[in-house]
Amino acid sequence: MLNYLEPLIESAVANVRLAKVTRRGVLGTTGAFALAAYAMPARAFDTYATGAASMEHGLVEDPMVFVSIDAEGTVTLVAHRSEMGTGSRTSIPMVMADEMEADWARVKIVQAPGDEPRYGNQDTDGSRSMRHHIQMARKIGGAVRTMLARAAAEQWGLDPAQVTVEMHEVKAPSGQSLGFGELAEAAMAQPVPAHEDIAYKSEDQFRYIGKGEVQITDLHDITTGNAIYGADVILPGMKCAVIARPPVVGGKALSFDATEALKVPGVESVHELPYASMPTQFAPLGGIAVVARNTWAATQGRDRLEIEWEAGPHGGYSSEPYMAEMIATSEQPGTVARDQGDFDAALAGAAKTFTGTYTQDHIAHIPMEPPAAIASYTAEGLEIWAPVQSPYTTRKDAAKALGLDIGQVTVNVTLLGGGFGRKSKADFVTEAALLSREVGAPVRVQWTREDDVKHSFYHTTSVERIDVALDESGKVTGWRHRSVAPSILSTFAPDEGNVLPLELAMGMTDLPFDLPNIRCEHGKALAHTRIGWFRSVSNIPHAWAIGSCVGELAHELGKDQKEMWLELIGAPRSLDLKQAGLSDDFWNYGEPMDEFPIETGRLANVLNVAADGIGYGQDLPEGEAIGLAVHRSFVSYVACAARVKVVEGRITVPEMHMAIDCGFAANPERIQSQLQGAAVMGMTVALHSGITFEDGAVIQSNYYDYDVVRSDNFPAVVTHIVPQPFSVHATGVGEPGVPPVSPAIANALFAATGERRRHLPMGTEA
Amino acid sequence: MTTILLNGVERDFDEDPSMPLLWAIRDVAGLTGTKYGCGAGLCGACTVHVEGKAVRACQTSLSAVEGKEVTTIEGLDPEGNHPVQVAWRDLNVPQCGFCQPGQIMQAAAFLGETPKPSDEEILAAMSGNVCRCGCYQRIVEAVRHASTGI
Ligand code: FES
Ligand code: FES
Repeated sequence: MLNYLEPLIESAVANVRLAKVTRRGVLGTTGAFALAAYAMPARAFDTYATGAASMEHGLVEDPMVFVSIDAEGTVTLVAHRSEMGTGSRTSIPMVMADEMEADWARVKIVQAPGDEPRYGNQDTDGSRSMRHHIQMARKIGGAVRTMLARAAAEQWGLDPAQVTVEMHEVKAPSGQSLGFGELAEAAMAQPVPAHEDIAYKSEDQFRYIGKGEVQITDLHDITTGNAIYGADVILPGMKCAVIARPPVVGGKALSFDATEALKVPGVESVHELPYASMPTQFAPLGGIAVVARNTWAATQGRDRLEIEWEAGPHGGYSSEPYMAEMIATSEQPGTVARDQGDFDAALAGAAKTFTGTYTQDHIAHIPMEPPAAIASYTAEGLEIWAPVQSPYTTRKDAAKALGLDIGQVTVNVTLLGGGFGRKSKADFVTEAALLSREVGAPVRVQWTREDDVKHSFYHTTSVERIDVALDESGKVTGWRHRSVAPSILSTFAPDEGNVLPLELAMGMTDLPFDLPNIRCEHGKALAHTRIGWFRSVSNIPHAWAIGSCVGELAHELGKDQKEMWLELIGAPRSLDLKQAGLSDDFWNYGEPMDEFPIETGRLANVLNVAADGIGYGQDLPEGEAIGLAVHRSFVSYVACAARVKVVEGRITVPEMHMAIDCGFAANPERIQSQLQGAAVMGMTVALHSGITFEDGAVIQSNYYDYDVVRSDNFPAVVTHIVPQPFSVHATGVGEPGVPPVSPAIANALFAATGERRRHLPMGTEA
Repeated sequence: MTTILLNGVERDFDEDPSMPLLWAIRDVAGLTGTKYGCGAGLCGACTVHVEGKAVRACQTSLSAVEGKEVTTIEGLDPEGNHPVQVAWRDLNVPQCGFCQPGQIMQAAAFLGETPKPSDEEILAAMSGNVCRCGCYQRIVEAVRHASTGI
């Protein structure tokens, strides 16, 4: 019996109640750090620049594209971002509805197909949904409310300023009122007002925004089994396919024999798909597809295929020697990506030095829903139903693979049973499209879990070496971070072993420490598998290394972790790019640096909030300790305070406090759920997630050797959201919770046991 | 031919009797609320009730349920208002939602047998159901919440 169960549950209850009942509690937990709240202009909000405009197909802010109102008053809002669990399909329409004064109970959400020229960028990735669309959603909602007011005023012969709009009704001073449905036609015929001419709500007038009291859009369907995911669309005459893919990327079948497969009742045909070589981009890997009447027959058929594989150029990829090679590279000078001050001089003059090397295996996303997609190819074109993060990219890829015009391809977006970056890459959709054309019928391609584990676009494997120079008094005078990791770039362009500057800018070159001498370098590493992005991307290894190193320095110097962090972060300031030795156009998650600066005060604040929340500094029993880490990513600031407890030789994390400053919190309840999820996923990364290769192929296959945190060992998370007014721009939420979790756990484990782990995953045994 | 009582309706399956119940439910009966997550009994996404007990449909052959009563998420409650479903909605449990039908079926069968569970019992009963999104905190609280209403 694990005796941490009681506090775990108690804590969970307290937290959920905070979210559900006393909403102020969620925000109030950080009250000491609150800015003076809600002194806001009464009318137009101040717009600000984001990176949205520079995304492909940018931003569309036309209410006519996103809003329709029928005669009964049902307001239909288009969700153009994919829903993979972050809540964007709820939160963006919720912002529109609030500014519109629509009654949420009378709002219907429809999902946009992949059509960026019409809807603007749809690439649901990079924690951008709210960051890029909160202004757009307010503008659209405000415009429609203004149009409704003007239409009513016209009917009544009043000045629009005399009418009010409240909960699906427009009211005249006389008490007369007209419903949204009655006004729909006239309102939609009004010209769309300019931003300056819209009287936006003040923040205290928000009904849904910032409240966290709205249920997610698909809640009823999810709880009754009626929600539609990638494999859930049923088309007449649809076939089911599973595919035997080359175990090694770039490999192919030398020969195959389908005789036995074709004997399986229900198996109808077997097809060889074209093979991909690196850089694959998002092209399918190829292989032998078994098409059948149902999924069971198809998998049975696949089991009976006899295939002789040729490994191809990457058959020599094995994780152990590869890791050793990366470590050797990290010991040599690399290409300099940031050079502030003179690290070499600091090292030469150091009284003491410290070196830490932190490594990580690959990670596979394993979304709960393995890849699955449906395609129907006919003379008219190609129609797709798929759980994809970037439906317009999917459409382009499928069109290209089949030699179709993009206008002949439709991509309908289902719900995603998790994405985490995997479903940005629609190789599985193109497979369905190719097979539908082959067999002349609609085809559903189903990936098994083994397929998913063995053929992902993996999070990179990495070596991060940090060398620190210290003076006599124990002050850090120099910091050199060398990163060696195969790059995402290798999936898109011929590989020269170099990383993209933006990978380094995810938590390495943007290091916000107040130190005179900082150098960042990267060494070459050639990729031998498809490198993709996993929730929070390169921030994971960078935060892991930096956060672990801070913990080690604290120990070396006899300081407590919090003191060490705060000393390194230094005084509140915005990172000065010039002084840091970084270029003016330094990558900042695509956002303008002047609008989304790197603010050390906010970084230190969330650390304090999390540490205070968990009671850092308290005396804990033997085998139990708290670890701290903080990291800025996706222009948000997140700290994790984790309490580790060793129970019968097993690492448990009974409690975690997650503190986030994500600017204005549009939907605190979904922010809380994202942080609860990030805590669990971060803990899975810390303890479990290791994909390794032998002779080019992935060793792991399913949950038995690639497990995740489960309900018998999840952290009870208390979420702290730093309250900010709308003028402090909304930032990212989906990803930034993950990076600080693994170093916080490692620091806690060290404090609890005296053992420092420097490799991810750390394993579950203490 | 295998006959089962699926969500209260007798239904014949003219399929290989070794076909896992999961695929019979999804591909043959066309009920897609029951999910495929691992096909190996390791994740719980495919959980249904056989004679009121939670089973992994991916590990149960059609022949094993011959003549038996099988309930899927679609049949748990005619209005979708089983106390567990209501608790899930009250606490806004899901993120992506994909694991949730399995979680709900697991919780409903568990509470049917253990109406007033201890915390240890809840955690143990739910530990076979993976949620990659990490909704465990709300799942566990929702089970407790539901246990006060069953
Ligand atoms: S699909 Fe049956 S347990 Fe995972
Ligand atoms: S809600 Fe996504 S897997 Fe559980």
